[in-house]
This record gives sequence, C-alpha cells and structure tokens, in this order.
Amino acid sequence: MYSRKFSRLILGLYNRKTSAITAVQSPGGRSGFSWSAVCRQRTRWLRRDGALEVQRGVPCQMSARSISQSTVDPSEVKRFQSLASKWWDEQGEFAALHAMNDLRVPFIRDNLLNVHPGRQGGKPLTGLRILDVGCGGGLLTEPLGRLGADVLGIDPVPDSIGTAQLHSSHDPDLCERVRYQTCTLEELSAEEEGGGGETANPLRRFDAIVASEVVEHLADLETFALCCSHVLKPGGSLFITTINKTNLSYALGIVVAEQLLRIVPSGTHDWEKFISPVELERLLESNGFSVQSVQGMLYNPVSRAWSWTNSTAINYALHAVKLKEEHPQTDQTEEPGHS
Amino acid sequence: MHKLTKATLAFNGFGRCFNAEKHFTATKIISRGLVCTEHGDDSGKKEVYDVIISGGGMVGSTMACSLGLDPNLVDKKILLLEAGNKKVMDKVPDVYGTRVSSISPGSATLLSGIGAWEHITKMRYKPYKKMQVWDACSDALITFDKENLQDEMAYIVENDVVVAALTKQLDSLSDNVQVKYRSKVVKYTWPMPHQAADSIPWVQVTLASGETLQTKLLIGADGPNSMVRQKLGIPTVKWNYDQSAVVAVLHLSEPTENNVAWQRFLPTGPIAMLPLSDTESSLVWSTSHRLAEELLELDEESFVDAINSAFVRNLYYPADILLPVTVSKRLPHLSSPSVAGIGPKTRVMFPLGIGHASEYVRHRVALIGDAAHRVHPLAGQGANLGFGDVACLTQLLSQAAFNGKDLGAMQHLLEYETERQRHNLPMMAAIDLMKRLYSTNAAPVVLLRTFGLQATNMLPTLKVSAIFSCFYLQPYTVHPTQPGDLSDNISHLSNVSSTSTMTPPSTLFSDYTELYFSGVYNFQGSEPTTMASKFSPKFSVTKSVWVGCRAGSGAADSGVGLCFHTPFITDHSCEMALFPTK
Repeated sequence: MYSRKFSRLILGLYNRKTSAITAVQSPGGRSGFSWSAVCRQRTRWLRRDGALEVQRGVPCQMSARSISQSTVDPSEVKRFQSLASKWWDEQGEFAALHAMNDLRVPFIRDNLLNVHPGRQGGKPLTGLRILDVGCGGGLLTEPLGRLGADVLGIDPVPDSIGTAQLHSSHDPDLCERVRYQTCTLEELSAEEEGGGGETANPLRRFDAIVASEVVEHLADLETFALCCSHVLKPGGSLFITTINKTNLSYALGIVVAEQLLRIVPSGTHDWEKFISPVELERLLESNGFSVQSVQGMLYNPVSRAWSWTNSTAINYALHAVKLKEEHPQTDQTEEPGHS
Repeated sequence: MHKLTKATLAFNGFGRCFNAEKHFTATKIISRGLVCTEHGDDSGKKEVYDVIISGGGMVGSTMACSLGLDPNLVDKKILLLEAGNKKVMDKVPDVYGTRVSSISPGSATLLSGIGAWEHITKMRYKPYKKMQVWDACSDALITFDKENLQDEMAYIVENDVVVAALTKQLDSLSDNVQVKYRSKVVKYTWPMPHQAADSIPWVQVTLASGETLQTKLLIGADGPNSMVRQKLGIPTVKWNYDQSAVVAVLHLSEPTENNVAWQRFLPTGPIAMLPLSDTESSLVWSTSHRLAEELLELDEESFVDAINSAFVRNLYYPADILLPVTVSKRLPHLSSPSVAGIGPKTRVMFPLGIGHASEYVRHRVALIGDAAHRVHPLAGQGANLGFGDVACLTQLLSQAAFNGKDLGAMQHLLEYETERQRHNLPMMAAIDLMKRLYSTNAAPVVLLRTFGLQATNMLPTLKVSAIFSCFYLQPYTVHPTQPGDLSDNISHLSNVSSTSTMTPPSTLFSDYTELYFSGVYNFQGSEPTTMASKFSPKFSVTKSVWVGCRAGSGAADSGVGLCFHTPFITDHSCEMALFPTK
C-alpha cells in the first residue's frame, strides 16, 4: 500500500519535471491562481482554468490523509484560512459560483431522485456516492453532502483541497459524508483500474459524477468522458455545467468580461475550448452515455442570481446517464456493496 | 495505465508545477491538522446543533414546532431554550389569563399546520366576526369585518393557552426537537464571518449552568428586550409611546353573543375590549403612565365605571354640544356591552413601546417576533407578525435544507429579512412619516390625514370597510357664519364622514357667535394643559378634557379641546382644535 503511494509520488514528481512542455498555457492558469482578480461572475472559469490544467499535469499527488504527520506550520494554516475566506465569502469573488448552487444543486438532486425514486426526507440522497470533479473549495461538494450523499471531492490544487477540508471539518454532519482528495480524475480512474483487486476500496464506482464549470477548460474531452465512464456505475449519472461555444458566449465571456469590463484578466478563457451542447452530447453518446436533458442557464450580474432559460446560448447544464450495456469490462468488475 | 499516459500528455504549465510543488507541504500540514482535529473531536466534541431557538414564548415555541415538523428538516438537530419552567396546562383554569392575543386566520392556519390549534380549540378560544374601531370625538368609525360576517375574523386566545398547546405539541415532537427548560443564556459568542480565524465557525451559546452549546443557526425569539439582538448590537429604531397598557378581565353585565372586538380611540390612547366568552371580555387600555397608575389604584367599582364611560360617552363630540337632541340618531354603530365587574387580581399594567430592529439577520442569526419588531397592541398585530415570521422563516429554511445549504448562510436569511421587512416596514414607515409630519407646526394636514388613512389601510388582514373621517384633523379657520338648520348640520356631518371631503364643517359651529379660531397644533413634549393655557383666556380648556374619558359633562359648557391621539403617533403628538368659550 505505502509502496504504491510512494511510487506514485515519484511518478508525480517525475511528471512535474517533464510536463513543462506546454508552458504556453500557463499565463491564463496562473492568473487564475493569483486570486487577485476582481472577477465576479466569470471567476469560476478562471478557477477551473487553473485547476484543470494542473489536474492534467500532476496526475498524482496523494490522498491527503495518507500523508505522514509532522509539525504544523501556523503560517500555512493561516494561508488556508485566508483562502477559505475567499472561497466561502458568498458575496466575494466566488459569488457567482455560490449563486449557481441555487440551480445546480436542485438540478443534480432532482435528476438523481428521478433515477432513484422513492427517496424523501431531510437527506434524500442518502446512500448515493457522488464524485465532484474539480471541487475547488467544496462549494458544491458540501451541499451534496448535506443532502445525505457520500461525496468525494477531487481537485489537483492542494490549496483548494486544504481549504475545502478545513471548511468541512467543523461540521459533524459533513465529516461523515464528505471527503476530499488532491488528485485528478485520471488518477482516480487509474487507481480504480490498478486497485481492481481491492474489494474494500471505498473509492470504487460512483452513482454520479459532477463536473461543474470544468469541461470548458479541458483539452482532451475524450479522456474525460472515458474516465467518467470508468469510475461510474452502470446507469450512473453525469452532470456537467459549462459554457456554450456561440458568438454570444464569445461576446459576453471574452469581449465583455475580459476586454471591456476587465472583470476577468485577459486571456483567461480560450473560446476555442468552449463546447456546444450538441458537440458535448455527441462526444458523450460516443462514449457510452445517453444524454437525458440539457438546460440553459442565465446569470444576472446585477441581482447576482442564476435562472433557468430555454436558450443554451451561454451557459447550460447537462445530465447524461451511463448506459448499462456499454463497457462490459467495467461491469465485470465487482459491484460496490451498496447503491 | 493509458489514462495516466494521456494525462501526462495533457497540457501543463511550468508555473503550475511550481505552484503545486510550493503548496505541497501545505496540504500535508493541513490535512494532518484535520486528522488531529478529528481525533480530538471523538473525545471532547461539543454537540453542534443545526438550529437553536432562544426563547420559548408563543413565537419561539411555534418556530420550534414548525421546524420540527418540516419534512426537509427531519434530520436536523433542533433545540429550544426557555428560561422559564415548562408550562403545562392539564386543565384550563377557571380564571382567564390577562394577556390575550388576537390570532388572525392566517396565524390560525399556521398553528393548525403544526397541530397546536387543535389543542387550543379543545382548551379555550373565542372567535369574533367583527371589529369596530371608533373614536371619542366624532362619528369617525372603522369596522373591520368579513364581507358576509359568516367567517371568523380572528380569534381571541389567551397567551397561556397558546403556549400550553405548543408545549403539548413539542412533547410529541421530542424526537425532532429538544427543549431545555429553565436554561438561562448568559453569553453568546459570535463566529467570525468566513472562518477568518481557526475559531469555531458556529454560534456558541453559554448557559447559566456552564454548558456551552454550538449551533449553525441561532433564532432569537427572546422578546422585545431580546438579549440576542442586544448582544449583536443591532440598532433598534424605537419610539416611546410614553404610554402604558392596563389589562384586565371584564365580566359583562349580561350574556351576549359577544363576537365583536371593540376599540375606541380616546384622547389618551386606544381602549379595547376583546371577547373571551359570552360573559367575559379582555380589556387592553392604552393610556398615559399617570392615568394607568390611577386606573390601577381605583377601586373596582370606579374602575368599571371608568371603562363603561370610556366606551359609551361621547365626551368631546363637538356636535354633542351643538346637537344634543340628535345624539341617538347619529350613532349608527353598535354599542359595546357594558361591564359589570372585573376578574379578581386581573388588573395589570405594562409600558408600551414600539421598536423595530434595523436588521433581522446577521451571520448565523435571525430574529423573529418581538425581538425583531414590537408593535402597538392595536388590532392585535403583534403575535400575528411573529407568526408571519415563523411561517416565512420555516419555508425558507426548509427550502434551504432541501437545496443542501448551510442553514446559517446569509443568502436565505437575507431573503427572510427582505420578505418580512417588506411586510412590516410599510406600516413602520408610515408611522415614522406621520411622526415627522406631526413634528412641524405647518404640517400639511391634508397629507397627514391621507397618511393616517393609508396607515390604517396597510394593517394587513384587515379591511377598512367603513368610513374613517377625521374632520377635526383639518386646519381651518372658521369664521362666524349664519346659523344653520340642524338637519343641515346632520347631513353635512354625514357628508364629511362618508366622502372625506376637505370642506370645513363650518356650519357645525354656527351656534357659536364668537368662533374665530380653530386649528391643529402639535404640543409634543409639553403638557396639554400648559399648551392649552397659552390660548387662554379666550379659550377655555380644562385639564379634565385632556385626560379623556374622565372629562365631566361641564366640559361642553366651558368649551372643548379636541385631542385626537392616533395609535400611530408617539410622544403625545396630537392635533388640537380649540373652540372658544361660549
């Protein structure tokens, strides 16, 4: 067990050394990590931009809890707290992400309740295992945990994971249900594959994957879809929220937000990486998913509130279900103990 | 392993690598810190409640029941803290409680939704179908009633009965709601917003017993002198009525249907008689501190006389002076039942005030009921506003829980504040505006009257269905006019009453040959008699006139001062119309 982790650590370091080849991508990503941008409604892209690129580059940090213990540096703790105050300030930089919970939590909840009917009460998602990809500070992870789901939040950025863990550690309800891990989806997927013999592995197979404001920063969506399919139970749900590839999204997301209002530093977004619902649908269908619904979302920067809209021209949410007959090799591996 | 390979092929940045490396140990440190914390938690962790309600009165207990019954909140840990003893009522006491509330149908719906109304109906309550409000000075009359008098307009319930019913209901909810009686809070520790320090992010409540509780959301339902509000330092906009209310249980002379709530504006404040049963009513008499004390000291017989005369006599009716023979014709409204006696030891007085917290919510705290807003007992809105808070907050918390939100998060708390202030503030704003208008001598009284009307109209759940004419609120200088016909006067008065025109009813005073002055005056801060003395000797105003109902019949002969004291006006702001000595 430890030797495996250790070898991964080596691998991770190795990757960091070798992966500087695409340094051309870094300015946008780094500016996202400066946290200094006064960005509001578009900050989420910024964050995800950084997060996902790192995710690709550093496939394996390690499970946060497996790290050996040593002395605590108070200054590091302070840094996390100051980060937490940014992540968790409902009126602050991430206001738009906080506000988006008003749409995405019900979207995830209601679609899951459709798939798993007959649930009610205060924790309707009890027993469901959800993977939150690119969880950041845990803004979406915690609400899902409060609804009773066992949620694993992964993010390649150690700062974000530290912030998320610190924030949830005080809540006894969440301690039981929410876990965080500094790793990537690929790493998790590989762990799944590599650790196939361990029936006790709690990370095995999820009822749902949530990738909110993530995919617009991915270069390799094929891998993403494949990994999702890999860690998902047959019939499991995939929830994606992202931004469309339209003239309007270019105008608002890049021209207005970046160049005119300078809400987001210039170069944060690459419009080429935005993806239209049709494209995304096609991609998912070809990877063994069946798209159930696509809904447009609209952000009002004045009221700072999201609302559903018929138009998917800018932001949209998508729900896809992994087909049961697909990927026979994953079906053959052992099923998790509960559903 | 192909995923790993792909992953390494994915874009990456040197800077990001650096970043990751730099924070590498940080994660370790923090995560370990967390592990340590968790270990510590196992041994000496204080329980974290989802909601703690401070104050187990009518509103606080309702809140607890309401939350405890909400299906979305079933797994939440809810605690109600009450400083007093558990108030159980196995059997309804023979004697009526002095503190009663007017429960509107909306509040009754809320109470029946939480199962308490059933207990109340089994204990004791009295519906009424009509409320009549009139004043001591004129025909001005408001009746509030349902269109057809079929439905109950509201219910008079003793506060003790409501609390007992809620206590019973809380007992049945013991799985969901924990109640700690006799638990006095000595200290609140507020969390820093956004977890700025390594402190506990919850509100901490320290009890007198030394126990410290933690909660994600504290609901302050601890009454008008709310400790929660004070400790938070939430400023309160206060008006002092400089008034006290005298309450008592009244025995009526004879059994009646008794389904009307009576309220009369006397110069010193409103007096209300609320039905408790066919033979008993509850008295709420708002008046000056001095008169309230005098009323308390009166022997029973004199007290009863004072009540009866307060309800029956038209002491300052200018038309009385002029048209004594037509009094009976001009009284279209019902008259209140006469009082024969009072319940033993039921006479109590308490000071009145009005207050409004400028904020209802703070980080992880919400105020409900009197802790957020205290109103005049007029029209029995106090408890109903509190129940409205409960309904609103329950609904928002339920929705928040169903959306997986932190119950103490500001977003929905602000929604609660906005919604409730939108409901509560118009009335308060009208009061404030009126106060400002009254503070200037050159008050545009036309506006003032309009606002007076609107403020009354704004009282929720009530419908102004009848006339509200305050002709004496008009500033006018009346010149000697030709003596008019009595019947003209009557018709003129009724015109004024029904149409609320601004025409000065000058003909009313035609019998006065020396009528050269009348107007509206503000005598804020000074004694009515002091003010009145400034007008002497041309105007004769006796003190007894100003203390309202106790004016002798001689007042009519010696001249009269009209003093209209609306329930919305504070600090003795009154309009005064002075009439000359005959």
